Amino acid sequence: MSILIDKQTRVLVQGITGREGLFHASQMMDYGTQVVAGVTPGKGGDWVLEGKIPVFDTVERALAATGANCSVLFVPARFVMDAMFEAADAGVPLVICITEGVPIQDMMKVRRYLDQEGVRLVGPNCPGLLTPGESKVGIIPGHITDPGSIGVVSRSGTLTYEVLYALQLRGLGVSTCVGIGGDPINGTGFTDVLQMFEDDPHTEAVVMIGEIGGSEEERAAEFISSSMTKPVVGFIAGRSAPPGKRMGHAGAIIEAGSGMAADKIAALQSAGVSVAEYPEAIPALLS
Amino acid sequence: MKLHEYQSKQLYAEHGVPIPRGEVAETPAQVRAIAEQLGGSVAVKSQVLVGGRGKAGGIRLAKSPEEAEQLAAAILELEINGLPVRKVLVDEASEIVTEIYLGVTNDRTQGTPVIIASAEGGIEIEEVARDHPEKIVRAWVDPLIGLRDYQARNLAAAMELPRQHWGEFSRMARGLFDTYWSLDATLAEINPLVITREEKLLALDGKIVLDDNALYRHPELEELRDLDEEAPSEREARGHGLSYVKLDGNIGCLVNGAGLAMATMDVIKGLGGEPANFLDIGGGADAEKVAAAIQIILSDPDVHAMMFNIFGGITRCDEVARGILMALEEVSREVYLVTRLVGTNEELGRRILAEAKMDTASSLVEAAEMVIAASKVSVSE
Repeated sequence: MSILIDKQTRVLVQGITGREGLFHASQMMDYGTQVVAGVTPGKGGDWVLEGKIPVFDTVERALAATGANCSVLFVPARFVMDAMFEAADAGVPLVICITEGVPIQDMMKVRRYLDQEGVRLVGPNCPGLLTPGESKVGIIPGHITDPGSIGVVSRSGTLTYEVLYALQLRGLGVSTCVGIGGDPINGTGFTDVLQMFEDDPHTEAVVMIGEIGGSEEERAAEFISSSMTKPVVGFIAGRSAPPGKRMGHAGAIIEAGSGMAADKIAALQSAGVSVAEYPEAIPALLS
Repeated sequence: MKLHEYQSKQLYAEHGVPIPRGEVAETPAQVRAIAEQLGGSVAVKSQVLVGGRGKAGGIRLAKSPEEAEQLAAAILELEINGLPVRKVLVDEASEIVTEIYLGVTNDRTQGTPVIIASAEGGIEIEEVARDHPEKIVRAWVDPLIGLRDYQARNLAAAMELPRQHWGEFSRMARGLFDTYWSLDATLAEINPLVITREEKLLALDGKIVLDDNALYRHPELEELRDLDEEAPSEREARGHGLSYVKLDGNIGCLVNGAGLAMATMDVIKGLGGEPANFLDIGGGADAEKVAAAIQIILSDPDVHAMMFNIFGGITRCDEVARGILMALEEVSREVYLVTRLVGTNEELGRRILAEAKMDTASSLVEAAEMVIAASKVSVSE
């Protein structure tokens, strides 16, 4: 079982005719995801991926024709705010934005609007979602994880893969993996996903991968302490990062003494979370 | 990208925020001439993109053009937190009665802009937040609506500012917010905003940080970039689309993905090594990009050993391995290198590297231990 996506999820790919969009749409289909449509304004009427996937000019038309209930965006950063508004206005309930480099002001507008419209946003600057054996929406490699009962939520991309792979090597499967993204302002946060895992009967434990910057991990710790019954194992990247320097991710920066790894680790530990020293040490803490 | 005080205040003025009369100078003689124009009594302020200018003696008050010239000569010789002072701002001196803090930034938790004000101006706002949190007032701005007039007025009231200043304070808050919003800033700050003996409100200092992801919308601001702000190697990396931060250690790191790059540094440090850098090569690590990354890492003379950590995922590891070998052919300096490759065709990738007599590892910890051992040998030699 899973959260957010499963076998029934019907996926629309915005930006499907771009290099990234096309490649990952094909990877998703190979994994078994129900990719039902693509949208690229001006390319409506085309068929891509060996003629299997229809391309539409607008999200509205794609939804009317295919009944898609989830959209994944591979749209360039300059146009992605508009694409997210379009998805929301067309009635897509779940929007997953893979795009990196979205201006913060655009994200503030999108988040406000999508919250008001009741649309769930995951990302931006994220690897998307994967429910092993059922569906993958985004760019997480499918072969590095198997179905199981561990929920994974992370702010990172390849570090998440590292953890999935470490779990696989120890025979630990995953219910759903959610990449929430590395930007300072994003949609779904740690606390939202932790709540979903807590409510999912098939998730037995959760791995949470955070990093320096902001205070989302601290708020997640409060939530874990007050509202979670399932065990949580954590990892925080950036213990060795210097203050004031942005470590790749737009949101990974220690500012004015806040956002430090040590504080996040302490907050999680005091909430009863076992925090791993390094990613490969996570599986041992789950048993 | 950070802007200098003089640049920030100029932008504030363009949005209706009153600032002191002043000009930028690069020589003591220029400072003297500006001070004469301004009537003699001036503040001479170093323009460097680091905090602590005041404590380092980089901000001085002069009572005459002669004194301004002398002080400028001293300030232009300073190096503040490693940055040389190349410019000073010469501002007309103000008789200050009250110092206020006013700033706008992004609230990561709320996902909206937040205006922050405090009657305790002139010191770092973080200090006020720590020692007197009750003296900080905030207003969150709806990004779809913008700042409302009452919000600015309420800040003035909450700070217990005398009523006669509410109107002018609100106009300044509006101007500051407009600057922040129209330039895609992540921070715009006036500290201090002063009330002078003549009952005028002025932005005495200014600091703006811009969102790098939005700079494409503001090509005119790119010209304001101070090349001293970042190390030459960091600037070059940016040109190649690489994310690089130089650190003080001796182990060069090349990793795909920011989170994994941080975790790799953490493992090295945790096992007793010292990372020389953060480097995220991003997705699609082709040979050309790998070569540029290696050159940048090796431009740091402290680097005695390198570790590559590539989690291939969908990328084929044999292609990555060939890319590394091609990239290394173009590098003259030889240092120890261990590569950890995971992903599709990883055995083949490792075999290609092994045949070229290069060390490989399958786990992150194993690779870190190998590179740490090599870094210690190189240092003791």
